[in-house]
Amino acid sequence: MIALELSGLAKRFGALRATDDLSLSVEENELRAIIGPNGAGKSTLIAQISGELRPDRGSIRLFGEDITGWPVPKRALAGMARSFQITQLCAGFTAADNVALAIQAQQGHSFRFWKDARRDPSLHTPALAMLEQVGLTARADALVENLSHGEKRQLELAVALAMQPRVLLLDEPMAGMGHEESLRIVALLAGLKGKVTILLIEHDMDAVFSLADQISVLVAGTIIRTGEAETIRNDPAVRVAYLGESH
Amino acid sequence: MTRPAYSPRMLVLIVAIAVALVALPFVAKAQGSTYAITLATRMLIYAMVAVSLDLILGYGGLVSFGHAAYFGLGGYVVAILAFHHVDESTLFGLPGTNEALISWPLAMLVAGFVALVIGALSLRTSGAYFIMITLAFAQMLFYVFVALKYYGGDDGLAVSRRSLLAGNRITDPQTFYFICLGLLAVVALLLHRITRSRFGMVLSGARASERRLAALGFPIMRYRLAAFVIAGAIAGLAGALFADLARFVSPDMMAWTKSGEFMVMVILGGLASIVGPVIGAAAFILVESTISGWTEHWQLVFGPIVVLIALFAPNGLWGWLRGRSGP
Repeated sequence: MIALELSGLAKRFGALRATDDLSLSVEENELRAIIGPNGAGKSTLIAQISGELRPDRGSIRLFGEDITGWPVPKRALAGMARSFQITQLCAGFTAADNVALAIQAQQGHSFRFWKDARRDPSLHTPALAMLEQVGLTARADALVENLSHGEKRQLELAVALAMQPRVLLLDEPMAGMGHEESLRIVALLAGLKGKVTILLIEHDMDAVFSLADQISVLVAGTIIRTGEAETIRNDPAVRVAYLGESH
Repeated sequence: MTRPAYSPRMLVLIVAIAVALVALPFVAKAQGSTYAITLATRMLIYAMVAVSLDLILGYGGLVSFGHAAYFGLGGYVVAILAFHHVDESTLFGLPGTNEALISWPLAMLVAGFVALVIGALSLRTSGAYFIMITLAFAQMLFYVFVALKYYGGDDGLAVSRRSLLAGNRITDPQTFYFICLGLLAVVALLLHRITRSRFGMVLSGARASERRLAALGFPIMRYRLAAFVIAGAIAGLAGALFADLARFVSPDMMAWTKSGEFMVMVILGGLASIVGPVIGAAAFILVESTISGWTEHWQLVFGPIVVLIALFAPNGLWGWLRGRSGP
């Protein structure tokens, strides 16, 4: 079954074709990486998949259902979770509160006005379990603004996972992380592999080549190649367009 | 997650405030001063508006610059119903009334409904545009009532007699004070619960990160609109109480300067704290009544006080009183 299918996606900003007739299909439970040089249109692509930007043309399907016109929250409830390149967490909330909010969203509407949400075991028990999974148990009661950069990235991931996603969009989850922290995330993603569909946008090439089932190369708003790690690594066009710059 | 909502120091302060509020009319009565009771009642009513505004301004992060509109509407509902009651005329084919059990809830309903309409339109915008559009709507209502000559226009409308409560007279200042105090306590408890509920988590979460909340699957606008309606209805109740206290309503109740005063009360007392706006309203009324005894340019003195508090107590009076700990 195809989990995520983009066909003929296009988005222009004035003269710039940020997304240019882009097609992509990701199998269920596949871990697909998308790499590309800066300015290739990765952020614009994620914004369209998650629903923050409406494409000019083309369609987006989630498990066969056309979601092109759906707003962000509806996509989220249909099983699309994401992490943000620049962390988007709720300041003033603890790490556990942030995860609890994601769990709360899964439990139906929140027009519940009386019971104290922070004392609701149906929220904080799974929230703590999720924090344990990403290795943040000790920081459960810390306010978000007091977390280190690496911890915030881990929390981003915990929040996305708490949504019990069917498709997980990860926008540079390891950006700005130290080596140790990156390894932890790589191990975590390796553990998720085969259990959930993951679309991974990442600059850390070691991580991408070790994790991805398939790699798609995005250049100037369109996918120029898709293949396994070896094929991509040795593809001359890819080397010129992308790897040549940094290797 | 299990950390207590209030530190021991905060609880002591809250109990002290509650005791002072209960004791106040007895002290005033012993001194034979009805003026003090009336002033304190006005304080309670403004405190009710301020806590309602705190829900959207403090917790929701929505800078609504038109909150006086709902306050004024609530007042006019009571005054207009009383007007038709005395006049023995009808409004939309219905008779007027001076029964508080009808007019007060109706004031909440009307203010809540108008908040629903204004909120549904203005919540589509954000930032400075949201401030401007809420201000514009409130000004529109202000001029509607200025133009309503039948109900006094800009001269306002007198309420010849205070409402009856379940048929009982509530003209005794002390009785009316305790009714207002009881209602303020109910409102404060309700908002305290709401802000800590699942609904409150979504409302505060959206203030912290709108993108995150949307990505989690929350249609934020609906939650904000609900908060807007709750706040509007409570402000409407406060307006109804004010109409019965002052036995007079006028478009000035919904003037933009009034909206500004309510915002000052919330910010002065401390945003997102419920207790803070009560203290802020009390401080505002105290300073206003004290200084305006010396000079009519009381704001000349009040302005610098606000500046000093903004500089040295960034979490408002409540933040300064309760110390550094706590939310």
